[in-house]
Amino acid sequence: MTFSPELEAKFADLITHYPEGRQRAALIPMLMFGQEEVGSITNEFMAEVARRLGLTPMQVDEVVGYYSMLHKKPMGKYHVQVCTNVACMLRGGAELYDQACHKLGLGHKEVSADGLVSLEEVECMGACSWAPAVQVNFDFHHEVTADQLDTILEGLKK
Amino acid sequence: MALVNVTINGVPVQAENGALLIEVARQNGIEIPAFCYYEGMSLQAACRMCLVEVEKAPKLMAGCTLPVAEGMVVRTESEPVVKARKTTLEFLLSNHPLDCPVCDKGGECELQDMTFKYGVGESRFTEVKQHVPEKQWSPVVFYDAPRCILCYRCVRVCNEGMGVGALGISYRGVNAEIIPSHGDHLECDECGSCIDICPVGSLTSGIYRYKTRPWEMEHVGTVCTHCSNGCKTTLGVRNNEIIRGNNRDKSGINGEFLCVKGRYAFDFTQHPERLQTPLVRNEAGELEPASWSRALKLVAEKFKALAGPDFGVIGSTRTTNEENYLLQKFARTALGTHSIDHHRTGDVVTLIDALSGKTGQLAALEDLYTSKAVLVVASDLAQQHPLLAGKIRANFRHHKAAVYTVTPGPVREDKIARRSIRIAEADSLAGVEQLREALAKEAELVIVFGDAVQGDKVRQLVGFGESLGIPVKYIALVDYANSRGALDMGLLPGLAPGYHAAAPGRSLQQMLDDSSLAALWVVGANPLKGGRKLAASGAFVVVQDLFLTETAQCADVVLPAASAYEKNGTVTNVCGQVQRLKKGVETVGAKTDLAIIGLLARGMGVNLGKVDADAVFAEIAATVPGYNQLPMPVILTGGAAQTHPVNGGVPASLVPGLIASARDTLFTTGSLTRYSKILNEVLEKPGALYR
Ligand code: SF4
Ligand code: SF4
Ligand code: SF4
Ligand code: FES
Ligand code: FES
Repeated sequence: MTFSPELEAKFADLITHYPEGRQRAALIPMLMFGQEEVGSITNEFMAEVARRLGLTPMQVDEVVGYYSMLHKKPMGKYHVQVCTNVACMLRGGAELYDQACHKLGLGHKEVSADGLVSLEEVECMGACSWAPAVQVNFDFHHEVTADQLDTILEGLKK
Repeated sequence: MALVNVTINGVPVQAENGALLIEVARQNGIEIPAFCYYEGMSLQAACRMCLVEVEKAPKLMAGCTLPVAEGMVVRTESEPVVKARKTTLEFLLSNHPLDCPVCDKGGECELQDMTFKYGVGESRFTEVKQHVPEKQWSPVVFYDAPRCILCYRCVRVCNEGMGVGALGISYRGVNAEIIPSHGDHLECDECGSCIDICPVGSLTSGIYRYKTRPWEMEHVGTVCTHCSNGCKTTLGVRNNEIIRGNNRDKSGINGEFLCVKGRYAFDFTQHPERLQTPLVRNEAGELEPASWSRALKLVAEKFKALAGPDFGVIGSTRTTNEENYLLQKFARTALGTHSIDHHRTGDVVTLIDALSGKTGQLAALEDLYTSKAVLVVASDLAQQHPLLAGKIRANFRHHKAAVYTVTPGPVREDKIARRSIRIAEADSLAGVEQLREALAKEAELVIVFGDAVQGDKVRQLVGFGESLGIPVKYIALVDYANSRGALDMGLLPGLAPGYHAAAPGRSLQQMLDDSSLAALWVVGANPLKGGRKLAASGAFVVVQDLFLTETAQCADVVLPAASAYEKNGTVTNVCGQVQRLKKGVETVGAKTDLAIIGLLARGMGVNLGKVDADAVFAEIAATVPGYNQLPMPVILTGGAAQTHPVNGGVPASLVPGLIASARDTLFTTGSLTRYSKILNEVLEKPGALYR
């Protein structure tokens, strides 16, 4: 499997971040960055990463299943993530998630027919101090209100 | 290692410094409950069931990972411990379906036992239980996630025990579950080890599920009939039907190990094509059913008339030592022939000849687990000799054994090998030579070799071993459950039982090719497989077998024989270790080969002595060199005792004949497994590596 020169450079650099013999520690960042380029975590991609880090494909599969930010099928161009963990839930996160479901007509990890938007109910993303939090791709939105959510979702255009 | 003093539940005990508390307790008769801890597997510390109170420790400690130290004072059943265990169980049960009444494991379930022991009758959890449907991963492996307690035993046994690594754990929290190698299904050895090791009923077996309750079966300890490794297996029998095979009591040389064939492929005994009545060729030239008395009478008369040097006898690699011994005795005395042979699959004869004058150089199975180094030559061990491969893997895991492979293609053992040489089988010895320097540095070595090393090459290999200047032991690989017994019992032209001289005779090939053959008696073999023809078209042919094989179809009389699971007796494994078969079931109409031989002898007026398995074994033990010093109590109690055959002064070159392994893989052994429905269903990729 081949990647862009940029990604290859990224991978090569990542592997140097960990002590000799612990290269498997690069697994999660490699999957994250690779997912951006490949579009999702395909079997071929998992096998390639496994080969490079000296893991079995099964070991990679275990990790992919564990972390909700790693997706086996492609998500939308805009991936909307609403946190419903404790801090956010107490400040209306669950209601925000319901609102997003209705507005987008999507459920957990579902993608719109045109592939533009996808939705995910996520666990704590470390933004508890500004709960409730919503993330679109890598952009954070803090202390989100119902109106703000509408605006955010309406702004998701081609 | 230094001993330390530890107090467990007020009892002072001594233990090796650093030994695991759970093991120390166990050795002193104290059980610390454990779900994830499993002897021989890596530590996981995932279940918290083994918590114990250790004086001066701030909190309860996990006994499964706690090394003992001097002065340690431990309580394994104190009030805080019991409370913690109850809580652990309450947690484990919070999403557990508690469907014990319909669960296969009910009665043998460790979770059930522990819940019973600690009396966890109530739960504070009132939430609706998380449910996911059961999944079928292969014809033999099913997974029910709600029952799973995530102990990782299955994951580890597959990774470490089998070297396959087909199982993992994925997702998180209440959604966490075991995942199979290929998304929604398994591609693996299909050995079922994961099912057996599962403490609960989460992994279930395709052939056993919902069939019986464990206590309704009889448990019959016998030996697997599929390959030469000789795994002890405990058959679960109900209403004259084998329902499962496993070896959970770890009795026998294999411990718990069984491969797919041992664990599942006993269903051939029930195949609808099993012969249940003798067949006799009628005047129209067709085989028609006949009574036993008529068939036996006919055969006895014919045998009597045709006895002499032109009588050919082909014995079996699956019949018992007793049957083999009696067959050759009958042939060499009453039938007056020296043409007796069987399908040979490894050159044990030359090995024993090459080791003449030396002792203790035939390795036992255990040597593969204890030897500092192992060399595998020309065999795909994980496929062809699963138990031997398993022992080597365990040796590597537990003792860091140095493993070397010399094979034509990649093998699973490469993964643990210090060096692997890729070389054509014909050049195996050149490959071995490349390892000379490395091997000579080892403290000791076991060399395991396949049929590509035969004849003079065996001598050269032994010469090579000698020249290393270290202790070397050997295993000449053979294919079938009693291949070794057939050799030991003298089913060979020119070799009597115990590798002693007998008058020369025709080899199997020569019998098939000799048009002057007057009669051919085939006991449990299929020499005409693959369209081979018998040159002596007029010969009187008698076949004893379970099925109407290619050879049986050409016979004048076919006698239905019992399988190994249907008889008593002994078999000898690839390492020369003798174990006892115990009859588990019966097939109506079939007789054991021993009984058939006895009845034919009687019909001919020949006295063979008492024809029963124990009596014949006593005769073997009294007369066959190598079998005369067997510790009987070991064999009688289901253990394995190694024989010590020595060459009786007969050069191997005087024993003509062909040696060819069938190269069966995990999913095939030809004549029996083609009648195993379940094995044919899992026939995914015979020979694939699954690494
Ligand atoms: S190889 Fe054996 S232990 Fe591994 S998944 Fe397959 S059946 Fe289970
Ligand atoms: S399936 Fe069984 S062995 Fe595997 S983790 Fe679950 S409970 Fe343990
Ligand atoms: S390794 Fe051989 S003896 Fe053991 S279970 Fe498999 S076929 Fe039977
Ligand atoms: S709980 Fe929502 S970001 Fe932490
Ligand atoms: S047995 Fe110790 S944590 Fe499972």
